[in-house]
Amino acid sequence: MDLKDLYRDVIVDHNKHPRNFGRLDPADAHADGHNPLCGDQLSVTVKLAGDKIDDVKFDGSGCAISVASASLMTEAVRGKSVTEFEALRGKVHELLTQHDSSIDPMSLGKLGALSGVREFPARVKCASLCWHTLEAALLHQSEPISTE
Amino acid sequence: MNAHVKPVIEQVGQRSVASIRGDFPVLHQQINGKPLVYLDNAASSQHPQVVIDAISRYYEHDHANIHRGVHTLSQRATDQFEGARDEVRRFINARSEKEIIFTRGTTESINLVAQSFARPRLKAGDEILISALEHHANIVPWQMVCEQTGAKLKVIPINQQGIVDFAAFEQLIGPQTRLLALAHVSNALGTVNPVEKFIAVAKRHGVPVLLDGAQAVPHASVDVQKIDCDFYCFSAHKLCGPTGVGVLYGKQALLDAMPPWQGGGDMILTVSFEKTTYNQLPWKFEAGTPNIAGVIGLGAALRYLNQLGMTNIAAYEHQLLEYATQQLKQLEGLHIIGTAPHKAAVVSFVTDGIHPHDLGTILDSEGVAIRTGHHCAMPVMTFYRIPATARASFAFYNTFAEVDHLVAALRHAREVMG
Repeated sequence: MDLKDLYRDVIVDHNKHPRNFGRLDPADAHADGHNPLCGDQLSVTVKLAGDKIDDVKFDGSGCAISVASASLMTEAVRGKSVTEFEALRGKVHELLTQHDSSIDPMSLGKLGALSGVREFPARVKCASLCWHTLEAALLHQSEPISTE
Repeated sequence: MNAHVKPVIEQVGQRSVASIRGDFPVLHQQINGKPLVYLDNAASSQHPQVVIDAISRYYEHDHANIHRGVHTLSQRATDQFEGARDEVRRFINARSEKEIIFTRGTTESINLVAQSFARPRLKAGDEILISALEHHANIVPWQMVCEQTGAKLKVIPINQQGIVDFAAFEQLIGPQTRLLALAHVSNALGTVNPVEKFIAVAKRHGVPVLLDGAQAVPHASVDVQKIDCDFYCFSAHKLCGPTGVGVLYGKQALLDAMPPWQGGGDMILTVSFEKTTYNQLPWKFEAGTPNIAGVIGLGAALRYLNQLGMTNIAAYEHQLLEYATQQLKQLEGLHIIGTAPHKAAVVSFVTDGIHPHDLGTILDSEGVAIRTGHHCAMPVMTFYRIPATARASFAFYNTFAEVDHLVAALRHAREVMG
């Protein structure tokens, strides 16, 4: 286990300088996520253009992994349809959790930097919270998302 | 001796810390290629070999169910189980073994008092008083009993240092107050509450007092008669004993007047379908087969701690606390949360720009085990407007060199996080 696998330069950078940080107002979709064990709180707001994610921002507080994952996610999903988002979410989930994943991290661009998280099982929830939260926003779930 | 300087020889009473560490097998291992530095003692402490041996010996030679067999093994198991009860009685200086109830832990002890003592006495408009630094285990059981009875939960505030506001307490306690439930020592901040002062005021108002002693008994000698509390709760696993065992101390007159909490075997004298008569104290509150091995392990842990001497333990841990506090204060961007003048060996802190969970992972990569999160005290985190803290908590087997490891690992975290 190498710490540099977890805190790669991309992760450290997106933690220090989160992209798309804030709230869209008005927004077409919104959801809150919460990791009760860590105290991570996350809000995601989305503007839609038809079926496509036109703009997305996140707000809240959390550890470097959760902030960087959210920041990277907002960059990656802009312009994607809900179906395309679901496919990407599935790939990221596999990358975060499965050691024998056949997904090439390089194929996911900057998101590939999250592949080190799977060596730190206690931190998978940190990285996945934003993805669950954005999914909830897009599916218009009213209950706040919890990792527990 | 200047408390901020490392002692030449680390000693707990007559024993060197180096030799004490030899008693704890778990401490001698590498984590991620680095020697383990275990600083999560407030969550759960480690076990000396004598505790592990007592549990193994029981399973290898003496196991049977207690209180019911005339055969030899059952009598041996019963003798050891009840012997441990006497160890506990002496450890906290209770008057009688009837006042020592074995539970699953502090949480169950508090729930027992909430349901068996408080619930039948409470009506709408009554009040239960707690403080703002309580562990969830000393909040939620009272919220539940308030929902059941229409009583209200009142909270004594704390100040920025993490000290319970005594003047506010004197204002809050009144004719509606039915119980004061207070931590003896805060798990999240380390604050030692001056419980005798609180109890003196409560007595004047005729209000019974429950103390959550989970974080107090491992660090100081506790005398329930001297403190004069009505209930005292603690867990074995913070005392070098096993998990799944706790203690409820209650004054006999109060326990006698309380109905059983759970029904079943062991808590009865006679059972018919018309009428059941309950067993005497303490067994009235111990329905079902208990954690026999765990209780025996607790007995062994208390004998071990008594040999070291709780006063010696407190004195050494205080030196560690002073040294750790002074060393951590020198780190730029680190802020200690909880700065009461009277603290147990617990240092909670936050660092500018590094979330506690990142600290936890980075420190683990250096072999240093600390706790990160809300420490089951979310209202405390809300008060300080922080999501979580990192917490280093010390035991008598920790060394000054381990404090230095912690500090070095924190410097490393700063490098990793840029």
